[in-house]
Amino acid sequence: MEVGKVKRVAGPVVQAVGLKASMYDLVLVGEEGLMSEVIGISGNKHVIQVYEDTSGVKPGEPVKETGAPLVAQLGPGILTSIYDGIQRPLTILAEKSGDFISRGLFVDGIDHKKKWEFKPIVKKGDVVKPGQAIGEVQEQLLIKHKIMVPPRMKGGAIKEIYSGNFNVDETVAVLEDGTKITMVQKWPVRQARPVTRKMPPTIPLRTGQRVIDGFFSLAKGGTAAIPGGFGTGKTVMQQTLSKWADVDAVIYVGCGERGNEMADLLHEFPELVDPRTNRPLMERSIVYANTSNMPVAAREASIYTGMTTAEYYRDMGYDCMMTADSTSRWAEAMRELASRLEEMPGEEGYPAYLGARLADFYERAGRAEVLNGGFGSVSVVGAVSPPGGDFTEPVTQNTLRMVKVFWALDSRLTQRRHFPSINWLDSYSLYDKDLEPWFTENVNADWNKNKKRAMAILQENAELEEIVMLVGSDALPEDQQMTLEVARMIINFWLAQSAFHPVDASCPYKKQFDLLQSILAYRDYSFEALKKGIPVDIIKNTPSKDALAKIRLVEDYEPDLKRVMAQMDSEFKAMK
Amino acid sequence: MTKEYKTIVEISGPLIFVEKTEPVGFNELVEIRTGDEIKRGQVLDTSDEIVVVQVFEGTGGLSKASAVKFTGDVIKMPLSPGIIGRVLSGSGRPRDGGPPIVPEVERDIIGAAINPASREKPRAFIQTGISTIDGTNTLVRGQKLPIFSGSGLPHNDVALQIARQAKTLEGAESFAVVFCAMGITNEEAQHFMADFERTGALERAVIFLNLADDPAVERILTPRLGLTTAEYLAFDLDMHVLIIYTDMTNYCESLRQMGAAREEVPGRRGYPGYMYTDLAIQYERAGIIRGKKGSITQFPILTMPGDDITHPIPDLSGYITEGQLIVSRELHRKGIYPPIDIRPSLSRLMNSGIGAGHTREDHRAVSDQLYAYYAEGCDLRGLAAIVGKEALSERDKLILEFADLFERRFVNQGRDEDRTIFETLQIGWDLLANLPEAMLTRVDDKYIQKYHPKHAGSAKKE
Ligand SMILES: Nc1ncnc2c1ncn2[C@@H]1O[C@H](COP(=O)(O)OP(=O)(O)O)[C@@H](O)[C@H]1O
Ligand SMILES: [Mg+2]
Repeated sequence: MEVGKVKRVAGPVVQAVGLKASMYDLVLVGEEGLMSEVIGISGNKHVIQVYEDTSGVKPGEPVKETGAPLVAQLGPGILTSIYDGIQRPLTILAEKSGDFISRGLFVDGIDHKKKWEFKPIVKKGDVVKPGQAIGEVQEQLLIKHKIMVPPRMKGGAIKEIYSGNFNVDETVAVLEDGTKITMVQKWPVRQARPVTRKMPPTIPLRTGQRVIDGFFSLAKGGTAAIPGGFGTGKTVMQQTLSKWADVDAVIYVGCGERGNEMADLLHEFPELVDPRTNRPLMERSIVYANTSNMPVAAREASIYTGMTTAEYYRDMGYDCMMTADSTSRWAEAMRELASRLEEMPGEEGYPAYLGARLADFYERAGRAEVLNGGFGSVSVVGAVSPPGGDFTEPVTQNTLRMVKVFWALDSRLTQRRHFPSINWLDSYSLYDKDLEPWFTENVNADWNKNKKRAMAILQENAELEEIVMLVGSDALPEDQQMTLEVARMIINFWLAQSAFHPVDASCPYKKQFDLLQSILAYRDYSFEALKKGIPVDIIKNTPSKDALAKIRLVEDYEPDLKRVMAQMDSEFKAMK
Repeated sequence: MTKEYKTIVEISGPLIFVEKTEPVGFNELVEIRTGDEIKRGQVLDTSDEIVVVQVFEGTGGLSKASAVKFTGDVIKMPLSPGIIGRVLSGSGRPRDGGPPIVPEVERDIIGAAINPASREKPRAFIQTGISTIDGTNTLVRGQKLPIFSGSGLPHNDVALQIARQAKTLEGAESFAVVFCAMGITNEEAQHFMADFERTGALERAVIFLNLADDPAVERILTPRLGLTTAEYLAFDLDMHVLIIYTDMTNYCESLRQMGAAREEVPGRRGYPGYMYTDLAIQYERAGIIRGKKGSITQFPILTMPGDDITHPIPDLSGYITEGQLIVSRELHRKGIYPPIDIRPSLSRLMNSGIGAGHTREDHRAVSDQLYAYYAEGCDLRGLAAIVGKEALSERDKLILEFADLFERRFVNQGRDEDRTIFETLQIGWDLLANLPEAMLTRVDDKYIQKYHPKHAGSAKKE
């Protein structure tokens, strides 16, 4: 392996000579051996991005090759970990270097000493294919970790297979041709892991958020973007999804965002319980925390490291969700590094390949038939932080070309503390049609009909509001005044949902349906009453309407709802 | 290593270019001597051929004959308990006529990142005595909460009132204050100093002053020195530190100048593409570390150029800090103090510092309800101006009135009025009591029963 020399250092970018390394190879820079990656080769010069602070690095210091690209270590023990952007466990970094992160530390992504109980699921003589599971480890109380033949291995007949306690480096099986299989795979993070075939999205990813599940639903294996200016609710939404989504594993990538937010998450997840399994949420979670003040090159890598771990659990047949907060900080890391390379900048200084990188990333999502047989999925939710909240900027635009679901956050809603501040007119889900049959079959035959009715009311509301701005609401005909009132109910009683309310933070499908159904029932009663000539002010003052407002805050809501609906019925019957 | 070079080939704005050096490390501290005067700088770019140095105290007076010494070390801040009570320049030299700081420790001012896994979640409620903060944008210990303001608005008074009144509910443990002035006028600086003196805060303060007529590049150093000092006070000396720095806009202007001098590809509106990362490195030096007693709470102040919140300086700041308090020109014109507009203001850590066990169980609900109707009331003002108040529905009229009352009673308060959180919540309830109970859709019934002025009497009897 060659040893080159540093020629120039400017921030996180170093130029070196005397290397033979290929693009994206990992190299070690300087006396301290700082972890770095080759990101450009021109003439005899290698351009290198360094994952750590480069203070003190001098021209003339050595650059050592490793002969391999940046890989993720994949094996039991990933779940519950918190990593930096290059999969170094932060708790171990803290043990080694204290509360502040220092440099030049090498730490494995998973514990290589820990013994896991390996239970074979194939036997001697069986022929195994790449990607096929040969055994299992109980990684968490409820999560089995499949030990698979690495996708790039040839496979073949099993010559030996063991059972018992092993660390990840010990051989658990030997193939006929002598190939040894261990419980760790190393996979280059910038390459997608292979699947047999991608599947169409037909199953919704349940989030417990009415505006999402009810209006703009995400599919398992789908992609969604949440763009919004600062403070509009991107992070809270990603954390909320990570808590309540009905997936087997959550990969949360804090990419260039706040340290205290990560502290919050790391504080909450071990304590919160996954309602599906009654186990701490942390047991199904993997956290990458490369905060804004940590090195930008590692921030750039964090998205790929996160995606690679998500794909790995997908390959076991699990439904995984990766959230990235924020993909804009990732794009900015690319921009920062590109500008140090003195590359020709594209729009707003971003490198010309911005769109291609975003596309490659979102392409790695999907529901798939995996090599092991069976199905798994990686759903991706990316936060986008447009400068000045302006969605016409390049990161938002390039993202929208790729993703199928768009949750547009709206600062006007934030200012009223209407959360989630997802604008119901601008947002969309292109999975809508694909998911309709599922809702009809699994929740209620009227699910899709109610959704369309509610959306139509909100659409009409928006048009009426424009007129109101000119003439005031009292000047509107009575039926239109009623529509404004019903829209207000949909907005305040149904779309609004506090992530922090002990009960309402997550709402089951049935409750979502019942709540909307009751508002639509009120609408039908009131239009009926209007027809009978009852004045709109009397209709608006029905006490049962106000009672509807708080049903969502009640856990065991059905008796209450029944009572309120009965009351509504008698109130309207009594109207003359 | 202590060799001096007289090989400056170019001086350009705040930069000097030096050639034919031995290998020089990135970010190294540089001393440039001209006669008896020594200026300090830092290596920005280093290669076999040429080394680029930014000079903090300005390049005025330097020439090709100046001697350059590379120290082989990064910039460090000398620290000891004796620093408390001192006034230093923006580059850390004594400005109070006192002796140099005799260091007990020296700390690298670049400041390594706090390991996210070592952070303690901030959740100790700080009562500032200001209703728009305590009631609706609650501050907690370890938070970074900037004030976004405009020129000519009373942001300094707000910052000072916070510094004077801030306390936790357990008791009046006082904060140590680190104050960093960057490019503010002498008069403004005097205003701060006089207030610190009057209240005795100066005795537990460290002051860094870079005034409007001091070198602009020095401003790049000032917050780093201040934050390094704050970390020392918090994590070595176990103090709760409040760091106020003003004006971040001037800091960012210096960054822009540096970028232009280096002929970098500019990002949005001419500011460097790395400004987000650079600001994050400052702002993220707030918080609490598990197992340590102290904390760092940050109050950066910045003036929004043209009152434009989408300008890159407030925009990038807002993306990093844990909320923002917006000082509004409109409220100021109406004679309301503190003119904090709660609608675009936010405290992201509010939730962990309020509620039962922190402030009071109904806090979140009261705050949400106040927000909802104040925001709606403000929107209705526009409508009322077009169609006339009479054309509004009864409900709308009530909300409009609510918004006016909210500004006069909740937002408005005296410069020395120190309201307890319970007084603040009481004002909130009194305002909400002007609306029909059925309109309080954000408040759980149990809180209405317990705290609504109409029922509160009966609740007390229980
Ligand atoms: N779903 C929600 N329910 C209640 N409050 C919310 C919700 N979403 C956002 N918020 C409020 O808005 C603040 C900012 O949200 P955050 O997600 O941090 O914004 P962003 O990441 O877009 O800057 C939060 O601190 C919280 O107070
Ligand atoms: Mg965020």
